Amino acid sequence: MTPFPFSAIVGQDEMKQAMILTAIDGSIGGVLVFGDRGTGKSTAVRALAALLPPIKAIKGCPVNSEKAALVPDWAGLTTKRGHTRPTPVVDLPLGATEDRVTGALDIEKALTKGEKAFQPGLLAQANRGYLYIDEVNLLEDHIVDLLLDVAQSGENVVEREGLSIRHPARFVLVGSGNPEEGELRPQLLDRFGLSVEVTSPKDIDTRVEVVKRRDAFENDNAAFMLRWQAEDAAIRDRILTARKTLGKLKTPEKTMRDVAELCLALGSDGLRGELTLLKAARAYAAWRNDTALTRAHVRSVAPMALRHRLRRDPLDEAGSGTRVARTVEEILG
Amino acid sequence: MLALELLAIDPGLGGIAIRARAGPVRDRLMAHIDPTARRLHPAISDEALFGGLDLSATLEAQQLIMQRGLLADPGPLILGMAERAGPALAARLALTLDRAVGHTLIALDEGAEPDERLNPKLAERLAFGVDLSDVTIHDTDRLPPLGPKTPLALVQYDPQMIDQIVTVASHLGIDSLRAPVFALRAARALAARSDRKMIIDDDLEMACALTLAHRATRLPEPAPAAPEAPPPDPTDQASQDSLDLPQELLLDAVRALLPDNLLDRLTAAKARQGRGSGTGAARKGNRRGRPLPSRAGRLNDGARIDLIATLRAAAPWQTIRRRSSASDGLQIRPADIRIKRFEEKSDRLLIFTVDASGSSAVTRLAEAKGAIELLLAQAYARRDHVALVSFRGTTSELLLPPTRSLVQTKRRLAALPGGGGTPLAAGMMTAFEQANQAGRRGLTPTLIILTDGRANIALDGNADRKQAATDAQQVARRVRAHHCDALVIDTGNRPEPALRNLAQTLDAAYLPLPRADAHRLSQSVAASLGD
Repeated sequence: MTPFPFSAIVGQDEMKQAMILTAIDGSIGGVLVFGDRGTGKSTAVRALAALLPPIKAIKGCPVNSEKAALVPDWAGLTTKRGHTRPTPVVDLPLGATEDRVTGALDIEKALTKGEKAFQPGLLAQANRGYLYIDEVNLLEDHIVDLLLDVAQSGENVVEREGLSIRHPARFVLVGSGNPEEGELRPQLLDRFGLSVEVTSPKDIDTRVEVVKRRDAFENDNAAFMLRWQAEDAAIRDRILTARKTLGKLKTPEKTMRDVAELCLALGSDGLRGELTLLKAARAYAAWRNDTALTRAHVRSVAPMALRHRLRRDPLDEAGSGTRVARTVEEILG
Repeated sequence: MLALELLAIDPGLGGIAIRARAGPVRDRLMAHIDPTARRLHPAISDEALFGGLDLSATLEAQQLIMQRGLLADPGPLILGMAERAGPALAARLALTLDRAVGHTLIALDEGAEPDERLNPKLAERLAFGVDLSDVTIHDTDRLPPLGPKTPLALVQYDPQMIDQIVTVASHLGIDSLRAPVFALRAARALAARSDRKMIIDDDLEMACALTLAHRATRLPEPAPAAPEAPPPDPTDQASQDSLDLPQELLLDAVRALLPDNLLDRLTAAKARQGRGSGTGAARKGNRRGRPLPSRAGRLNDGARIDLIATLRAAAPWQTIRRRSSASDGLQIRPADIRIKRFEEKSDRLLIFTVDASGSSAVTRLAEAKGAIELLLAQAYARRDHVALVSFRGTTSELLLPPTRSLVQTKRRLAALPGGGGTPLAAGMMTAFEQANQAGRRGLTPTLIILTDGRANIALDGNADRKQAATDAQQVARRVRAHHCDALVIDTGNRPEPALRNLAQTLDAAYLPLPRADAHRLSQSVAASLGD
């Protein structure tokens, strides 16, 4: 079944914007989507896969290498032909074993032929693409450690049975979860570039529109997909254009100062927040097709870039999103 | 039964949650389920669900033999004792249903207590929910067999209908958008069932009743009322001008199916699930509790090796290892070692924070004491520890450090004097300090605050009503920031709005006592704590 078209998702603009920004600049880091049940979290992530521009990769390469020289030896590839394939979006199911995630020795070959061969795991598949974790706050601790490690180094190392394998594993983490069901460790929160909070739309008209589209998607699929295909394509083209203009974008000194001041005022830990905010603002400017970064860009993306990096203030009842907005008002006016 | 039939027509409806104890009523219902349905149980392993290597068969045949998982082929699944399914299993099943490849799930929820329920994440993805607790065998009858069916995609509807569904859902306080989508799908399936090409009002009414009633979080009323508002008399037709006739009809259809114990349920629903931070509700221990799947690990002190799993991990590599090392016999490497893991539940600590001021003593201190005693009696059976904090005059004191001694607690409680001002903030502080200490010792603390809420002594001991209220709110925020569960019981003659606010700040359930005697109270507390 084809996923629901990205452009047909009603409302939830912040979530869609965050996902688009990571598609423009993958180095921003992933997106964390927090919200209640039935708000379209999973729908949006699965729709993203169909929206992303395709990538060029060597045919049959287990880690989607771009050039023949990068294909790992253990893959045993004979072809050097490239092909275009959709950006990989890999689901990491809860309860996946470590072997499934990192890859392990190929049991079949070991049993039947007594050969040592490496069977790549989910991390290999997700290289140069997206790794999606639903219910990220229910993930087992040892898998979280492993992901943090790999996300940090961009490389997956497997040592077993005298086999020592390394392969690149650079991916954008997308996580969704319900904050009521468990907190996330700060180390993991930090790995996500942007975070958004989604809620159900409150007005009747929007809700009616959601139900209508969902029903059309389920019962009149062909016509519905046709109707939104063009919209999806328009977003895809815009992403590609933005990727090109990103390099030419000017970043004035003044805006850099704004970013630094904002992070200082909020007391967000470390430089990661500052870097992310700058990258997200640049991606946003590119998306808007502007030539220079301005205060307005920073203001628009500050909540999603910094919301999850604040220290908890128990005496402040406003959510962290509100606090960011307040500080933005104070600093940037 | 109708719901089961609709599932057969349109698997996209996800499934049904049936709340009933095993018995003739359920058996009769189950007779309608497709006999090919596969059965799951709450402790099912991933290999059984998703398939995997069939190790014994593989070793036997010297070639790879895979096991097919139960989820490999689409079709109906039956989950027995669904209320015991943990979050991990619920998440996996939810993911399967989300893939929309034709699985349906029939969850048999056999919970006896109001708070033993199917995991909400999974329930969310099932269109229907029925409660057969009050149905007798005489109420069940057989459905007439079906004629030909119209294909789903051909069924048309009046666009107005969506507006109606959505409005009704919002009147019932249903936030999730999956609910109205299910309602429309169900209506479609109903029309198809009767071989009609158009959804009629009856279909819509039936569909709303089937899909929305069990999701309602409030009774339909003209004004958006707080969830815990006393239910209006059902005979009182709360007709409104804003609703046009068909919506009123729909609401009536749903209302007829609303459970009578909605109120109790709401209180129970507020009992929050285990949190993942700080004083963990379930910590990973390696000695006690329910076994969890074993994991690769190192043998250090206290860990126990899972021999079977270790051998299974080592088995496939024997051929290779024999080649690389010239020795015969079983070869086990450190990487094969699997360690047993158990889930360790930590004991709970109930910290009763009792207002013994003049105003409270006059009102219902005696009843509050009665309720505490009843709770204590159960506490022993539930392995709870109890602590007692009282506040009166200008300060609060810890009457009883955490203990499991019933006798001692009762004695202290009986001797609890009354009179003086209400230093609510001070009482909460003392209780909170206790909670923190207990948390560090691995207990899971819960604050239970009994007061009439008219705080009039500030933290510094001065009689300043306004400052006292602010202080109480401040402390409440601190408690909430530490994720300490709490429950506020209003012992005043009339519910005190300030206390309701305090409960909101604490993210706690709020129970006014006027509508409850000692027995009711102890039941509500038990429900709110989510045993």
